Amino acid sequence: MGSLNFTLLFDPLCLFFLFVICVVSLPAAIYSFSYLKGEYSSAKITLAAILLAVFIFSMLMVVTVSNVLFFLVAWEIMSLVSYFLVVFDTTHERSVKAGMIYIVMTHIGTAFLIAAFMIMYKYAGSFDFLAIKNACQAMPGGAKNIVFLLLLVGFGTKAGLVPLHIWLPYAHPQAPSHISSIMSGVMIKTAVYGIIRFVIFILGVHSGWWGALLLVTAVISSLVGIIYALMERDIKRLLAYSSVENMGIIFMGVGLGMFFINKNLPYLAVFSLAAGLYHLVNHAIFKGLLFLGAGCVYKAAGTRDIEKLGGLIKKMPQTAFLFLIGAMSISALPPFNGFVSEWLTLQGFFLGAHNVVGGTKLFLGICAVLLALTGGLAAACFVKAFGVTFLALPRSRYAEEAREVSLAMRIPMFFLAALTLVFGLAASLILRLLVKVAGSASGIDISGMSFSLNNFVLSPQMGKSVYLSTPQLALVLAVLGSAGFIIYRLFAAKRDAAVSKTWDCGYYKLTSRNEYTATAFSKPFRIAFSFFLLPYRKTQKIRESFYHVKSFAYETHTTKVFKKYIYDPVLALVFKSAKSMRRIQPGSIHLYLAYIFITLLLLIIFMPKF
Amino acid sequence: MTILLQLALFIGVSPFLSGLISKIKNNLRMRRGMSVFQPYYNLAKLFSKSEVISENASWIFKLTPFVVISSALTASLLVPVIIFSNPLVNAGDFLALIFILALGRFFLVLAGLDTASSFGGMGSSREMFISSLAEPALYLAVFAISLRFGSTSLVEISQMHTLSASLIVAASALFLVTLAETSRIPVDNQETHLELTMIHEAMVLEYSGKRLALIELSAYLKQMILFFLIAGIIFPIAPFGAVNFTQSFFWLAWFLARIFIIGLIVSVLEVSVAKMRLFRAADFLGFAFVLGIVAVICAILGV
Repeated sequence: MGSLNFTLLFDPLCLFFLFVICVVSLPAAIYSFSYLKGEYSSAKITLAAILLAVFIFSMLMVVTVSNVLFFLVAWEIMSLVSYFLVVFDTTHERSVKAGMIYIVMTHIGTAFLIAAFMIMYKYAGSFDFLAIKNACQAMPGGAKNIVFLLLLVGFGTKAGLVPLHIWLPYAHPQAPSHISSIMSGVMIKTAVYGIIRFVIFILGVHSGWWGALLLVTAVISSLVGIIYALMERDIKRLLAYSSVENMGIIFMGVGLGMFFINKNLPYLAVFSLAAGLYHLVNHAIFKGLLFLGAGCVYKAAGTRDIEKLGGLIKKMPQTAFLFLIGAMSISALPPFNGFVSEWLTLQGFFLGAHNVVGGTKLFLGICAVLLALTGGLAAACFVKAFGVTFLALPRSRYAEEAREVSLAMRIPMFFLAALTLVFGLAASLILRLLVKVAGSASGIDISGMSFSLNNFVLSPQMGKSVYLSTPQLALVLAVLGSAGFIIYRLFAAKRDAAVSKTWDCGYYKLTSRNEYTATAFSKPFRIAFSFFLLPYRKTQKIRESFYHVKSFAYETHTTKVFKKYIYDPVLALVFKSAKSMRRIQPGSIHLYLAYIFITLLLLIIFMPKF
Repeated sequence: MTILLQLALFIGVSPFLSGLISKIKNNLRMRRGMSVFQPYYNLAKLFSKSEVISENASWIFKLTPFVVISSALTASLLVPVIIFSNPLVNAGDFLALIFILALGRFFLVLAGLDTASSFGGMGSSREMFISSLAEPALYLAVFAISLRFGSTSLVEISQMHTLSASLIVAASALFLVTLAETSRIPVDNQETHLELTMIHEAMVLEYSGKRLALIELSAYLKQMILFFLIAGIIFPIAPFGAVNFTQSFFWLAWFLARIFIIGLIVSVLEVSVAKMRLFRAADFLGFAFVLGIVAVICAILGV
């Protein structure tokens, strides 16, 4: 048994994750008080505050402990507390179901982690990170491969990588909104910490296929995540699916980094890892913002179904503005932060392609292009989310009666919205810090590497004039936009804009029933991706009598392929085997005594062999 | 100064390019057609008219034209036309240009949804559909070009004077994407106002007067930028670096001529093919994607 001293680790990687956790948890915690007020009893609000504190504390522990055993303990506290927060709304049956799926999936993940850690312990004889790191150098390749796969499944479950994402769209939307924002913004990021800490830092990238495998999984995750998000009409579930997509983008950076470490391209490895970390902090910020915004909508309108919303921009102008900022940064629009990290990740692929040979170039190219497709679909998804929720006419009474939320809920969102801009504009400075983090995590010497020209201009490719300057772009956009406005004003000095009805082809009274719905908006995508979504329709005639059909019910659904073809068969198998196992447990005490006796006998016989 | 010059060049020429294309199209169809300067007349007319704004519209609708024009103008400044003493050519590369154009599109699509009209929603949904499916082909083309030149910098691309198979294929993929992005046949039709077929026109249906003028101008600008990028790959030319008057004159003539050549190809293509159904457009962009893959493979093979 190795020594078990409780020391905390504060290397750059830990500090980075500490920052990410705090930057989202702080506004979410401030937000929570007015969000919960009026929704629950005061005892329950106190409980929520305690759980929140423990939850944040456990996450802080996860990223700072320096010992595998304590890591598992912190990891488990984090999972359990977040489970309680998912089922916080116990009045809904859906919460209980979501919690069930979550706790089962997260424990499957933990089981894989324990297996990986036990193999590591077998070689190191210690639980300490550094001791394991030293011992791992002598570990045979086969064992390393197994450990990597176990870690990938274990952390992939927490990260929501496809096909292990199944719990995420259930659990995240069901929690109260500030918890959703922490879970999506931060908690699933601890899986990235795990991969970087245990695979890159401790285990060391052993084979080339590790990075490639992670890259392929990441690409599939991001595509699948965004396609599902596009189909979704529950705003929080849409955001949860979009988290699957963004975790994919983050892991693209990490996977690319691993790929380049193995190819012995340190410059690119550090660059791609830093790009992944950049997207990580960006996603934490804007997804935190979007979930808080969705919480405001839910609080004000009482529904999460965007088909029942609409026109909220007039009722809650500030929330709408803040949600728009979040939607713009997640759609990678300049000059916000999502744009910078997506650009950096794409550059990672493009630059990488110059330094590898043959088919690998094509592989990287296709990954880059699928990332671009993801970006395009994400823009469509968030146009839908914002447009249908906030624009046009209210589609129901819920939306008509919505009012702007309290200032205490808006201030944390303003804070996050300002950060999306800061992280977009200060790209050079932030990338410089992240490069240090990436360098220390991967053990690569970063002296002599430069990724920016000066404090304003990024320049990822030494010797080539590939530049990106978000401050310049923002300035030019602002100047030209206002120039356009001034010219417009000069011509329109008379204020001659008349307000009238929307063009309705000569009919009268255009109502909210005429406007485009979320389902209609995503229909072209549903048809184009029908090979994957397998949409089907349900029609039903509602009859008053045999002769008179009163109305038609028409529903359109998509098939969740992973649930139907992977999880359902596995579940069926589990239940079937459980049923057959029941035969050896008939309730007879004599039989049980016999089992104990047989077990004892076997142990006595075989024990000396171990 | 250089910045103003470049802005003036783009704003001045881009409506003419559109006028020229429709003139050629009309002549090919044995019609006399409108004057090549008609787009200028249209802009002037729209600018002098008052506008009608829907009562359902929010500030998004009112703000959009300015965001759209600003994104189109910013994109036109990133293109290396006159590079000496232009500080902005290094503000972004090819990828940044694509993202900036996406900013304008994002707002335009939101404005389409804003007025609660089903036309607007239809246009918005289709615009996003087409543009997100165009994205892979576009990036593959850029990827092939970057493999060839070793960089995504527009300045470096513009300074190369070689032509190869991979570049020609990449330019063709880019050309197909451009047809989709500039709402041309076979993907969209700028001339129609038939409810069920229009995409771009449906999205901006509620705009009138000065705001419409700004949006139209942005569309012209975007078209010219994309044509310029294709022309820069097929007909390589050094960016403006001339010192005396004759040199600058010839440079300008060649700069315009090659953009007009692309315009000529577009107009011939537009009169000779029929518009596709919306879901056939996905196949069309799939074809562009395959061209992109071919371009990348050519670039890997070094041709």
